[in-house]
Amino acid sequence: MSGHSEFQPTSAPVKWLERRLPILSLMHGAAVAFPTPKNLNYWWTFGGILMFCLGVQIITGVILVMHFTPHVDMAFSSVEHIMRDVNYGWLIRYIHSNGASMFFLAVYIHMFRGLYYGSYKEPRELIWILGMVIYVLMTAAAFFGYVLVWGQMSFWGATVITNLFGAIPLVGDFLLSLLWGGFSVDNPTLNRLFSLHYLVPFLIAGVVVLHIWALHVPGNNNPLGIDVKGPQDTVTFHPYYTIKDTFAVVMFMIFFALFVFYMPNALGEPDNYIEANRLSTPAHIVPEWYLLPFYAILRSIPDKLLGVIAMGIAIFVLFLVPWLDTSKVRSARFRPLYKQFFWLFLIDALILGYIGAKPAEGMYLVIGRIATAYYFLHFFIILPVLGLVETPKPLPESISKSVLDKSAAGKAA
Amino acid sequence: MTADQAEEPTRRDFLYIATGTVGAVGAGALAWPFIHQLNPDASVKALASIEVDISAIGEGAAVTVTWRGKPVFIRHRTAAEISAAGEVKIEELRDPQADKDRVQKPEWLIMVGVCTHLGCVPLGQKGDFGGWFCPCHGSHYDTSGRIRKGPAPNNLAIPEYVFLDDGRVKIG
Ligand code: HEM
Ligand code: FES
Repeated sequence: MSGHSEFQPTSAPVKWLERRLPILSLMHGAAVAFPTPKNLNYWWTFGGILMFCLGVQIITGVILVMHFTPHVDMAFSSVEHIMRDVNYGWLIRYIHSNGASMFFLAVYIHMFRGLYYGSYKEPRELIWILGMVIYVLMTAAAFFGYVLVWGQMSFWGATVITNLFGAIPLVGDFLLSLLWGGFSVDNPTLNRLFSLHYLVPFLIAGVVVLHIWALHVPGNNNPLGIDVKGPQDTVTFHPYYTIKDTFAVVMFMIFFALFVFYMPNALGEPDNYIEANRLSTPAHIVPEWYLLPFYAILRSIPDKLLGVIAMGIAIFVLFLVPWLDTSKVRSARFRPLYKQFFWLFLIDALILGYIGAKPAEGMYLVIGRIATAYYFLHFFIILPVLGLVETPKPLPESISKSVLDKSAAGKAA
Repeated sequence: MTADQAEEPTRRDFLYIATGTVGAVGAGALAWPFIHQLNPDASVKALASIEVDISAIGEGAAVTVTWRGKPVFIRHRTAAEISAAGEVKIEELRDPQADKDRVQKPEWLIMVGVCTHLGCVPLGQKGDFGGWFCPCHGSHYDTSGRIRKGPAPNNLAIPEYVFLDDGRVKIG
């Protein structure tokens, strides 16, 4: 990691350790002395919030496993056992189930932050791609976890999602057989998803290390989107951003606690409190809220294979954003047209989310189709063309000059 | 070392490639057990067939039974349903199949109750064609279980079955 560490061990044990495993100087360079742009706003605290979320899911998850039974006959009742019998089981489970929602809320804010400030642009393409890998692993982890409860939504969600793979030509049936280990979603499926649900968060932790490593080569982007020109543009990570991140995490915990203690089931589906029944599909099957936009895209196309392809592209296109956006200017602050299209895209994503929760018929279908078309239009036409036709506003000379000008203007006023 | 390599480059290359090939074949062969363990095991495959008593199912009624973890619809069709299914022009169907090719006895329609879109269980006697309607993404099936509208690509599947006598059928 490229932070120039001024780590000078003084005590004998630290010196001893340092000569054998220089881990403390590594941490010092990465999280204490690391030079960070001095103008980062609160949208930059979501990286820290995300690490907090991953930690919460791993700790509560490991505890849940101590009381959970991965078998179709007992999974549902063991979750109820956690809720009713295990000391504070309800708390641990509500933290874990709402924690998944909080995790996704934070990751979406983090991603839209990147889209707004152009954080995916040269030289940060790989940071963005590693972030997308984490996002895809997160959706997998959340899906696997949701199946473990073995409620009606678990079962039918698992049925629909695994059947998506069956749509793939030639290998579809083979993949389905590997996913199910039977003729439908059943006990073998539950067992393998349980194993994977335990595994994936640790894979995520590994990719997070790569993500941060890649981040520490060029350093952070910032709200102005211009490069750091020298030490006058930065402050050390500690104490400036450790304290800012901690404050943000505490605020986030308050928001999180509101859900855990006052509306623990607000984001869930009541149908998942009914044990899985393979003979009857609930009238509305909907995924958890964080997957709704992609579900809306899947349903807006009246063909099985094409629907699956559209949904796949909708996720995959995000990997390509660094190359689809042709503008050299990073921050939307200096891109008058992109700024508007950014907000339009955010609204489009929210509409897709809303449509994904509604039945696929009538007006909902029409709106869903328009919103789906706009989603692809944004990435494949608007992003590349904007960079060519837009005249950006003049960029400030440097981060420190912009910060000083702002505070001078503040004092004068 | 350097002199050796210069003298016999081909022999060394050969050994290098041969070793790599043996290693790759071994890794490939070993990969198969690790993949194949995911496929249905012997105990799952042993759930072969079931027998159902259908003598009590009156005209216009249906039962749903479980076969290989999936629902199977056994419907005693009415005369109106049978004639509606027979009148459909086959060329107009997405998955063309005559009603008579989907039944052994016209009054008994026996099919796997799994939507060919993404696997939900369609609801009976609903939808635009008086057959089945899948609430998940809106697929409509007719009184022969053929796909007529919506995202599903195929007709509801027909399992293997035989009538043992007038009152009993064996599925699978
Ligand atoms: C990336 C991190 C993780 C995410 C996003 C995640 C997500 C989820 C979700 C959405 C559920 C269903 C919650 C419900 O409706 O009750 C769940 C359940 C579960 N998870 Fe996780 N999880 C994560 C990490 C872990 C880890 C590391 C473990 C174990 C080591 C674990 C163990 C469990 C167990 C046993 C259940 C079933 C019991 C229950 O429903 O509360 N999870 N997970
Ligand atoms: S599963 Fe039946 S319409 Fe999608």
